[in-house]
Amino acid sequence: MASTAGETLAAAEQKEGEEEQVINPWEVSAKGGKIDYDKLVDKFGCQRLDQSLIDRFERLTGRRAHVFLRRGLFFAHRDLSDILDAYEKGEKFYLYTGRGPSSESLHIGHLVPFMFTKYLQDVFKVPLVIQLTDDEKCMWKGLSVEESERLARENAKDIIACGFDIERTFIFADFSYMSPPIYKNIVRIANCVTGNKIVGIFGLTLEDYGGKFFFPYIQAAPSFPSTFPHIFSGKYSNLRCLIPCAIDQDPYFRMTRDVAPRLGYHKPSLIESKFFPALQGESGKMSASDPNSAIYVTDTLKDIKNKVNKYAFSGGQDTLEKQRKYGANLEVDVPVKYLNFFLDDDVELLSIREKYGSGAMLTGEVKGRLIEVLSEIVERHQRARAAVTEEMVDAFMAVRPLPRMFH
Amino acid sequence: MAYTKDQLLARLQELKIEFSSCDHPAVMTVEEQAKYVGHLGGACSKNLFLKDKKHRLYIVSALVDTKVDLKILSQRLGLGKGGLRMAPEEALPEILHVALGSVTPFALINESARPVSLLLDKGFKSQQYWLFHPLTNEVTIALTPSDFDKFLLSIGREPAYVDLEACPVVGKENPPDLAHLVPDEAPNVPGGADKVPPTSVPAQTNVAKDEKTKQPTEKFKETSKVPKQKSEKDKPQIKVDVAADTTNVEKFVEKVFEKVSSEFISELTKQSNADKDNLNDHAFEGLKQRVCSDLLSMTMTLKNSVYTQGFHAGIESTLYPLLNKRK
Repeated sequence: MASTAGETLAAAEQKEGEEEQVINPWEVSAKGGKIDYDKLVDKFGCQRLDQSLIDRFERLTGRRAHVFLRRGLFFAHRDLSDILDAYEKGEKFYLYTGRGPSSESLHIGHLVPFMFTKYLQDVFKVPLVIQLTDDEKCMWKGLSVEESERLARENAKDIIACGFDIERTFIFADFSYMSPPIYKNIVRIANCVTGNKIVGIFGLTLEDYGGKFFFPYIQAAPSFPSTFPHIFSGKYSNLRCLIPCAIDQDPYFRMTRDVAPRLGYHKPSLIESKFFPALQGESGKMSASDPNSAIYVTDTLKDIKNKVNKYAFSGGQDTLEKQRKYGANLEVDVPVKYLNFFLDDDVELLSIREKYGSGAMLTGEVKGRLIEVLSEIVERHQRARAAVTEEMVDAFMAVRPLPRMFH
Repeated sequence: MAYTKDQLLARLQELKIEFSSCDHPAVMTVEEQAKYVGHLGGACSKNLFLKDKKHRLYIVSALVDTKVDLKILSQRLGLGKGGLRMAPEEALPEILHVALGSVTPFALINESARPVSLLLDKGFKSQQYWLFHPLTNEVTIALTPSDFDKFLLSIGREPAYVDLEACPVVGKENPPDLAHLVPDEAPNVPGGADKVPPTSVPAQTNVAKDEKTKQPTEKFKETSKVPKQKSEKDKPQIKVDVAADTTNVEKFVEKVFEKVSSEFISELTKQSNADKDNLNDHAFEGLKQRVCSDLLSMTMTLKNSVYTQGFHAGIESTLYPLLNKRK
């Protein structure tokens, strides 16, 4: 079943250029602006995360599901139920996520998968490995090796500031972690996937540099516990893996899931998120090259205020009278979308939606509340970031056992 | 490695234990001691260092006026009649690391004194201050009962107060009532398998010792086990579970918030005569969320920083001897 899925997918991918929306690790765009996630889920072949799974999360973990789950930001998955079934029986798993360090400045869209991963780490009490793909950025962005390495370390600090527990977190950069365990797995994976398949999945051509063909194997390897013998050995040598990521990473892990059974491993499970809307509206991913498309973790209170007030696309009416009469268009209003993901209080959110949608509340008020919420998050992040030292990065990245990773 | 008086006093200060102290010439009896320390107020103690037929050791610390009948005590411990005698003189420096005339419960701070059982006179409890020698008979310190208990708990001991003058009949119907205070085993004979762990002493608030204090229901017997290699390997299982609680950031923040908010609320309601139950729950939940988010972040930062320091210390300490060898 796995290989046929791969083949039909290849055919589907070839049609991509003709499709209305393009979603892959290097490009996210949709004609008409709005991404059709239902179509995407169908095309990729993953499953939707429904209310019953969210309820299951709450039952298993004994507490309210994370706001990103409740509000549908993390909306799709592959074999998440397998992980939950196993967990219920007392079987553990580990988390794997990563970042391509292409720039020093991170925006809150970048933080989303990390915030969610931290929640998963806390509620399930499981270890986490974080891959910084400095080699990938070297290949795709033409950065020098040294610059990619430097960016990886800088990004590591912001990742650490998200509040990961050093007792159960291992951060590594591809350039420095390359070593027998991971390289052997990379080659094992490479022996299972032809160039044709890579072309089919990632749309590469013979004009592209060879490294780009090889990189997918590198992103796949951390899905297998034997890549980390210093952490997962003995009874954990065939531990299950859960990968929280944005849905554009799905192609890498479709390939990985195909390969896993052939190498004797569990297929990694995925839990996937939508793209965080840019300030200007839902026309794609936030871009690190456009400072006004997103709130950056380095923004000051003034910056946040300015960006939200000036650039956040409003669904409110043009005039005060119209607003009072017709209310706002919640479908396109960006501040409400942001609040949907960052305002944890269900009661308050509902109230805002009602009042804003009916015209009782004005755009300015909604934006004001959003500014408050965002400032709190950004401030907290900056404080935590300031406390991250080079020594702390070294400790997170040290190849060391994690003896209390499940406690 | 033995604790000195200064190390002990430093430790008491670390534990925020207040004490007054008085230097005097070396005193060998309580009568002599009383001459110098009357001004400290409080009760002098007489401290007996005893051993039984199986070479297990005890310190009995009592008020001067309390009658301690070794025969009765022996029976109550289940050692039969005449099972208790004064410990041999050499045991003082070897096990308690104190000189003649300086027996004191504080000697139990030493690793070597782990298997020594401590019996405390119930009569102490009515006294405001208790006087003991801080490992030397040239000084006497006075501290409050709760501070003394605090010290004992800090070295992993459950304080055992006994009515030393009671003489219950011990027989088939009445088992020895103090049998639980008999140590598991006799102390290691020094020179042989004496692997006293290298105590890099003063700031040694050992994780292990702290963990023991968090198990108040743990029987006294268990805490006085000899620290052989084997028992240390068995310990990890209990150690890990307790440490998991201690290093759990969420639980920590929960406790802190509980403590602060309950004190705060009761003070506020007292001051404004407001009704505690009328507090706006929803608003309070919101407040709790905001405050706790920040606290969680700060606490995780602290945890990671502390781990980092320990991690680097571990590396340095491993490299240090290797680097030195090269010289």
